[in-house]
Amino acid sequence: MLEIKDLTLNLNGKPIINHLNLEVREGKIQGLLGMNGTGKTTLANLIMGLSYPDGGSIMLDGQDITGDTISQRARKGITLAWQDPAKFEGLSVAEYLRLSRNLSSDEIERLLWTVGLPPLEYLDRAVDASLSGGERKRVELASVLAMRPKLAVLDEVDSGIDVVSLPHIMNGIVEMSQQGSAALLITHSEDAVGIAESVSILCAGKIINSGPPQKMCRWFKTNCQTCAHIGEPVL
Amino acid sequence: MTVVKEYEAMLEAYGAAGGDLQALKSSEVGNLVIHENKVLGVNETPGIKIKTKETETGVNLRLVIEKGAKIKHPVHLCFGVLPKEGLQEIIFKMEAENDSEVNLVAHCLFPNATKVTHRMKAQIKVGDNARVRYRETHYHGESGGVSVIPRAKIKVGKGGGWESTLAIIEGCVGVLRYDFEIFGEEKSNSELMVKLFGKKEDDINIVEKIHLDGREARGLAKSRLVLTDNARAIVRGETYGNAPFARGHVDCLELVNGEGVTAQAIPVVFVNDKRAKVTHEAAIGSIDKKQIQTLMARGLDEEQAVDVIVRGVLK
Repeated sequence: MLEIKDLTLNLNGKPIINHLNLEVREGKIQGLLGMNGTGKTTLANLIMGLSYPDGGSIMLDGQDITGDTISQRARKGITLAWQDPAKFEGLSVAEYLRLSRNLSSDEIERLLWTVGLPPLEYLDRAVDASLSGGERKRVELASVLAMRPKLAVLDEVDSGIDVVSLPHIMNGIVEMSQQGSAALLITHSEDAVGIAESVSILCAGKIINSGPPQKMCRWFKTNCQTCAHIGEPVL
Repeated sequence: MTVVKEYEAMLEAYGAAGGDLQALKSSEVGNLVIHENKVLGVNETPGIKIKTKETETGVNLRLVIEKGAKIKHPVHLCFGVLPKEGLQEIIFKMEAENDSEVNLVAHCLFPNATKVTHRMKAQIKVGDNARVRYRETHYHGESGGVSVIPRAKIKVGKGGGWESTLAIIEGCVGVLRYDFEIFGEEKSNSELMVKLFGKKEDDINIVEKIHLDGREARGLAKSRLVLTDNARAIVRGETYGNAPFARGHVDCLELVNGEGVTAQAIPVVFVNDKRAKVTHEAAIGSIDKKQIQTLMARGLDEEQAVDVIVRGVLK
């Protein structure tokens, strides 16, 4: 469904994304593990159209979307959950969830329960600084679920989340996949990618290994977490 | 125009502006309708005393909420100038006596203005443990030919509360010279809020001052402005912590979305008691790119995203 081929982005002559190839299959959760500074958020931004690559291509269902704007990609079914989501004064949680589709009250309540937010308490809350970081991230995930995307790019949705909230977020992602949406689960935590069908490891802007989650987590622990390698890939 | 026709025209404008027509017609709801310098309708309900005197250029108005009265329905005040040109000067004296509670909803209608001045000079006393909520919404035309000059001095008694909002979202603001000053006694709680959507050649000057004179007095001076085209705005929010454990805050946000816009924010925080604390935050800038991108990632185009953000700020 999503095919990234030979993607390259340079900053000040240095490759941030370095001839990267990655595939996300329809309705599946693809994990992407990488240490800080390896290019995870940059890749998320490139997929969503927040920035454009110097080379390579991004294909969705066989169609080249490399030059599409954010809105065009969103209308084709791609969305993004930000690592540090924006806050909106005066916009309620219910209004935020209705941005992409005109959901019924029942649908909104169900979405909020899915991410562990009691609707009575949260429906009318503003999506502003009054929400904690964890609450805001759960609202962000609910908003992604509301869109029923073909592909959700989830950038560190698990980071900074307490142990009570994390299962709700993971359940939400699994439910989204069960409903037919694919997810690119970007994280630096090997615990989070257990729900993925396949995991790729990113180092210095390049995929350096891919495989089943358990195997990749072990590999990541052994190689990346002791390496903190920034520069040329270790393989 | 006969008085009856004037009254009907005001009701029509009020309804068109989204006002609650039933509230003006109901005998159970306190209300007052003033067009130019004519008092077209007054309804007192138990606990409310309204006295008016027409002058050459406007109306002298005295409103009293009697001691201990808890007014169930919001009191509706409707001011307006319907012709293209005119002057309306309201001298407003109000007292909410001790332990009373009232919610005032004011609509100011200048839908056809090309050269209209609306001036209000208010002296308001909120008694001990009394609560007053005052919401003023303006409906201006698109020409910007209106000057609005509201000035108020508000004394809030011990344990009393004042909360006011001025909103000019529809049409052009025109020229606005807003100057509200509050003096809060012990354990009083005061909030001033303005919400403005400045367009075209609008010229906006806001002064919000809160003096926290009593122990544990609380105050918030808040403003939300969205400015487009060639609109100009200066917002001055001042809070003075003059007593022990007084707490105050100035909060100004001006979103700039036009090449010809000029915006200025001047927060003043002053303390002369070491146990008082007053803080401020002021931000002027274009709409946050990340907010726009977030909404675009949900399928909105850029213009729709900006609209959602602006409506939220002015909500």
